[in-house]
Amino acid sequence: MSAPAPKTTLKTVPPSRLAALAGLANNPAFRSALVQLLVFAAVVAGLIWVVSTTADNLKRAGISSGFGFLGQTAGFEISQTLIEYSRSSTYARVFWVGLLNTLLVSVISITASTLIGFVVGVLRLSSNWLVSSLAAAYIGLIRNIPLLLQILFWYIAILMPLPGPRQSYSLWETFFLCNRGVILPRPEFHPGSWLILAFALLAVLSVIALVLWSRRRQRLTGQRFPTFAASLGLLAVLPLLGASLAGFPLTWVIPELRGFNFQGGMTLLPELIALILALTLYTAGFIAENVRAGIQSVDRGQEEAAAALGLRPGTIMRLVVIPQAMRVIIPPLTSQHLTLVKNSSLAVVIGYPDLISVFAGTTLNQTGQAVEIIAMTMLFYLTVSLLISLFMNWYNKRMALKER
Amino acid sequence: MKGKILVLAAAAVFFWTGTALADVLENIKGKGYISCGVAGRVPGFSVPDEQGVWKGLDVDYCRALASAVFNDPEKVRFVPLTTTERFTAVQTGEVDVLSRNTTWTFQRDVEQGIDFAGIIFFDGQGFMVNKNLGVTSAKELNEASICIQIGTTTEMNVSDYFAAHGMTYKPVVFESADEATVIYDTGRCDVYTTDASGLAARRTTLSNPEDHVILPEIISKEPLGPSVRQGDPRWSKIARWTLFALINAEELGVNSQNVDEMLESANPNVKRLLGQEGNFGEQFGLTNAWAYQVIKHVGNYGEIFERNVGPATALKLERGQNDLWTRGGLLYAPPIR
Repeated sequence: MSAPAPKTTLKTVPPSRLAALAGLANNPAFRSALVQLLVFAAVVAGLIWVVSTTADNLKRAGISSGFGFLGQTAGFEISQTLIEYSRSSTYARVFWVGLLNTLLVSVISITASTLIGFVVGVLRLSSNWLVSSLAAAYIGLIRNIPLLLQILFWYIAILMPLPGPRQSYSLWETFFLCNRGVILPRPEFHPGSWLILAFALLAVLSVIALVLWSRRRQRLTGQRFPTFAASLGLLAVLPLLGASLAGFPLTWVIPELRGFNFQGGMTLLPELIALILALTLYTAGFIAENVRAGIQSVDRGQEEAAAALGLRPGTIMRLVVIPQAMRVIIPPLTSQHLTLVKNSSLAVVIGYPDLISVFAGTTLNQTGQAVEIIAMTMLFYLTVSLLISLFMNWYNKRMALKER
Repeated sequence: MKGKILVLAAAAVFFWTGTALADVLENIKGKGYISCGVAGRVPGFSVPDEQGVWKGLDVDYCRALASAVFNDPEKVRFVPLTTTERFTAVQTGEVDVLSRNTTWTFQRDVEQGIDFAGIIFFDGQGFMVNKNLGVTSAKELNEASICIQIGTTTEMNVSDYFAAHGMTYKPVVFESADEATVIYDTGRCDVYTTDASGLAARRTTLSNPEDHVILPEIISKEPLGPSVRQGDPRWSKIARWTLFALINAEELGVNSQNVDEMLESANPNVKRLLGQEGNFGEQFGLTNAWAYQVIKHVGNYGEIFERNVGPATALKLERGQNDLWTRGGLLYAPPIR
């Protein structure tokens, strides 16, 4: 006999929306996105907190901070500058000079060490006992001696036998070799030089076009074209043609000895040569091992089948084995390239003016802005590493097995 | 490089957490020794001998500090630092004092968060060249290649000097003075430059020292002195007055041999120095006999100089500017009174 319970009207969310919310909460895609967003926000907040407290504490410790120092005059000379630089340039300019010097060494060494590494890696698997033993000995020796020692070794080995500038070896009084480096004539461009450059560019483009055309032609007709010889011809003839059209606007400044040193030429520093040699030979040893592993990962049946078709050993290697080996070679090759760039920072030991030497060394000491300078230097190495990584990953995707 | 990264990492953590450094003197008394940052490979200033015992002018200053605080010159731990990491090490309290032939400059004093205790050695930058170049003056060095050590005032001075005389030069900058010397020895550079005291020390390590000549020009003022972290006035004053005590002792004729007899001296200046009169020591947390302990264990400035860099050593340096003001030098310490 109870009175009927008074009707309480609850303001409820309509069931459809509740279900939608619950559905959203159970939706794995939404959940993972939410979690990632929260983590990202936490990381950013953490970073902001670290930076701001660091700045506060620096201020309290009486150490000036900020990036204002980049506009100040550097006031020191640098032995190798790829861009215009003098003692009255700013610290920002020093950063770029050092950065370019690091990149110069890295690019040359990466190219050379990859080439040498591939050659040695293939030779390591040669059926000729002597050749493969020599390759093995090189790899063993190079990989088991610390890089710093090798850099110092090459530097001292290059410097020791060379005479001073006054007794330097010369070739036709035009090229000189002494302990100041290799001194070459410097090209001097006069108005109209752009034509040479334009024709050189045209040569490169036409070579690319030629290669593509001859490949297609071979696929369609089976006929082959002497691409290599034709390319060389194009590269040699076209720039010359451009020069003659412009009336040869290029003169060479011959270096001559005056006082302590040579004037007027271009100098390849012994520090640069030693560093490139050491980095190249060292990294090539590692790359050779990666190449060997890659080649051995390709089934022997491939080689035999290709041989049964009558292909020559060199062609088998180039067209059948290496393309398949690349899938295994590329990932470790990427790390070798990254390591090389980072190893180039050992330059400061032999006085090559790289980023670490002129910026994280001299500039840091003169300004005392350790936090900012090291942050900028780290950012540079990080950027370069990421770019190499991105490129190699893209290349890896291209080389990956196409599953059809 | 690895060491540099470690020091910088320590610095990063330190500045981020803003570690409140306790009172330095209390801290030192707590751990029982002084951490002293030195160069580590500079003959006459800081270098371990064959038995691994640290020797040198910079080293003896730290021993003097330890004598003042602990009455024991052995209560020091020496930390070798490179030119690039030295300031970070003292800013973060990794070392209590930096005694590393460091030049006192405006920028370092004002912007680096450190305090200089004074000048322990008046130096100036010079040039060393091979005799066969036939150079007799620094003004003849136009276009020369110069071997320099990174991260020093040396780099700046060369640039300033050459610009002022309308000359140019080609630097080859090395991370350590050792490498710079070895490479200079191969003939890669025409010139080796550093502070004059360093040139004398470095010349002894060349393959044929007599083939090299130090040019007469001194191109800069290099007042070298110990420094401490900014923000602890008491420790700063202890560092400063320990140096003054060494100089005052020599001026008053007090040395390690006669310091006990001098306790009986009637001269009030000597009495105040040795803690026989007045209360000069307890105000900054030491005993009144602190200067007595310093002189007893380490000797006065003159003794330290003769022992490490004087004419009887390999460096063969004359007192010159580093003589007392009473004998025509620049050493002049405020009185203890």
